[in-house]
Amino acid sequence: MSTLVLIEHDNRTLSPISLNVLSAAKQIGKPITALVAGAGCADVANQVAKIADVDLVLLADSVAYEHQVAENVSKLLLEQIDPDNKGADVARFSNLLAASTTTGKNVLPRVAALLGVNQLSDVMSIESEGRFKRAIYAGNAIATVESCDAVKVMTVRGTAFDAISAEGGSAQIEQVSSVHSSGDIEFIEESLAVSERPELTAATTVVSGGRGLANGENFNMLYSLADKLGAAVGASRAAVDAGFVPNDMQVGQTGKMVAPELYIAVGISGAIQHLAGMKDSKVIVAINKDEEAPIFQVADYGVVGDLFELVPEIEKQI
Amino acid sequence: MKILVAVKRVIDYNVKVRVKADQSNVDLNNVKMALNPFCEIAVEEAVRLKEQGVATEVVVVSIGSKSCQEQLRNALALGCDRAIQVESEDGPDSLSVARILAKVAESEEPGLILLGKQAIDSDNNQTGQMLAALLDRPQATFASEIKVEDGKALVTREIDGGLQTLRLTLPAVVTTDLRLNEPRFASLPNIMKAKRKPLEVKLADDLGVNVSSNLKLISVEEPAQRQAGIKVSSVDELVEKLRNEAKVIA
Ligand SMILES: Cc1cc2nc3c(=O)[nH]c(=O)nc-3n(C[C@H](O)[C@H](O)[C@H](O)COP(=O)(O)OP(=O)(O)OC[C@H]3O[C@@H](n4cnc5c(N)ncnc54)[C@H](O)[C@@H]3O)c2cc1C
Ligand SMILES: Nc1ncnc2c1ncn2[C@@H]1O[C@H](COP(=O)(O)O)[C@@H](O)[C@H]1O
Repeated sequence: MSTLVLIEHDNRTLSPISLNVLSAAKQIGKPITALVAGAGCADVANQVAKIADVDLVLLADSVAYEHQVAENVSKLLLEQIDPDNKGADVARFSNLLAASTTTGKNVLPRVAALLGVNQLSDVMSIESEGRFKRAIYAGNAIATVESCDAVKVMTVRGTAFDAISAEGGSAQIEQVSSVHSSGDIEFIEESLAVSERPELTAATTVVSGGRGLANGENFNMLYSLADKLGAAVGASRAAVDAGFVPNDMQVGQTGKMVAPELYIAVGISGAIQHLAGMKDSKVIVAINKDEEAPIFQVADYGVVGDLFELVPEIEKQI
Repeated sequence: MKILVAVKRVIDYNVKVRVKADQSNVDLNNVKMALNPFCEIAVEEAVRLKEQGVATEVVVVSIGSKSCQEQLRNALALGCDRAIQVESEDGPDSLSVARILAKVAESEEPGLILLGKQAIDSDNNQTGQMLAALLDRPQATFASEIKVEDGKALVTREIDGGLQTLRLTLPAVVTTDLRLNEPRFASLPNIMKAKRKPLEVKLADDLGVNVSSNLKLISVEEPAQRQAGIKVSSVDELVEKLRNEAKVIA
């Protein structure tokens, strides 16, 4: 048993979700090797080396890995797992894990295919060495699946595993010098949202808005409430499609999965695809003028009324 | 340039699926089935690229039992030119699907292969990436914009932090996200016309792919049900409850 974890980061800092993935890795089996692939990302490797449960850090530092291009990172991972191309049966690692973020989802299936094994997507529980639970059909069913592949490749739902401590370790850092750089793909640009607010999937409180907000400007109401609560702001697909807010705010089956202590759904009807992304939240508050809205079926506290009156009032009282 | 689009027959997205009493699987008996919404977006994009003169032919492929011919006809009605059904039991695993698609791609030689980012039944989000790896071709997942020029595809992707743009050398694999386009509805004349478009049936065995799987579904259960809570009548009451009962705000 040995586990390789692809670390998520922005070349400067470790992304908190990696601590949840490492927690899943710890449940599966030590030793844990963590791979940091990026450009100018030595700081990240140093941070990872300090995590108590990490046994070895591999650092692959090259411009080829700067943007986590799947073609390059997948070949790097393959080379770590199966250096001599002898097949999954004699691989150096029995498990490969990454977060089920857009990075993990982009890279890991390529590695699985190159190894000739399947991938388990968005794993939410580890039952035994080969048995896992994952949500299917927008979270309306939970499947227990068994894999007898020689290497278990899986993306992990961050919110389903408690983060491990980022302190207490002193793992060795080993440089990986090989560079995989596909000539068939070129990074052009990235426009990343900059926000002072906590990251959506890691926030303890989330305030989300839907079509009921009516336009993008009205989201300011939610930003202001969120800032008072130290919350992140999310949205329904309808709000994103209508252009009220950017795509990275979408919560749901095909957006982000969140499970904060408190989730406040404002002007969101509660379609199954939205519920799939937030119904594991500890406490759910729904604000909707339609008392029949399905969101009330999952809400701990519902307020029926006009959000334009209720939201400012809540902000005033907290 | 030829475009290959892979589509999957899945439960209609409006239907709430139920788990069978014996927990062996979900119950799909008498449930409305449809084209996977992301596949519909892939079909629409391919048809638009043909209408723009970028593509010359759109071939649609699905792997599954005979019933998926219904979705293939649907795709033909939306503007695809020709269909291929690769006959197999329903629900082959993603690696098998990717291997079959790789074989189809090798014989069809498309310049661009479009897939949905995710099938809304398995919620796997992996087949396109696997296919790209097997073909050793570049990929752009979660596309919200595709431009094809000079043998390259310029693709904008929806990523967790925002948007990313990549340029891929064709042939390439692209998977679609929700905001790539809004699929059209099939018109009645086009539905009639689709019945006469070619639909070829192949066997997975003939393509040399063994669909046996290393993954086994052990059981399926209902998720923990949330109890509907209470309706509060005022903001005062809400804030009081959040503070003193749920203790989630200070
Ligand atoms: C393949 C696929 C994937 C999808 N993925 C996702 C996903 O990941 N995430 C997601 O969210 N959706 C997803 N959807 C869309 C989903 O089905 C719904 O269409 C969407 O969630 C609806 O968003 P909404 O609740 O904001 O809008 P609506 O359903 O239109 O609801 C708006 C609500 O606001 C209320 N309202 C209006 N005005 C006020 C007011 N002044 N005060 C109080 N309340 C008011 C209304 O009563 C209503 O309940 C997906 C759909 C498909 C087909
Ligand atoms: N049986 C199938 N036949 C054809 N295409 C498929 C099949 N299964 C998956 N796909 C394609 O792969 C995409 C992603 O599916 P998945 O990886 O299962 O979430 C789908 O949107 C389809 O484009």
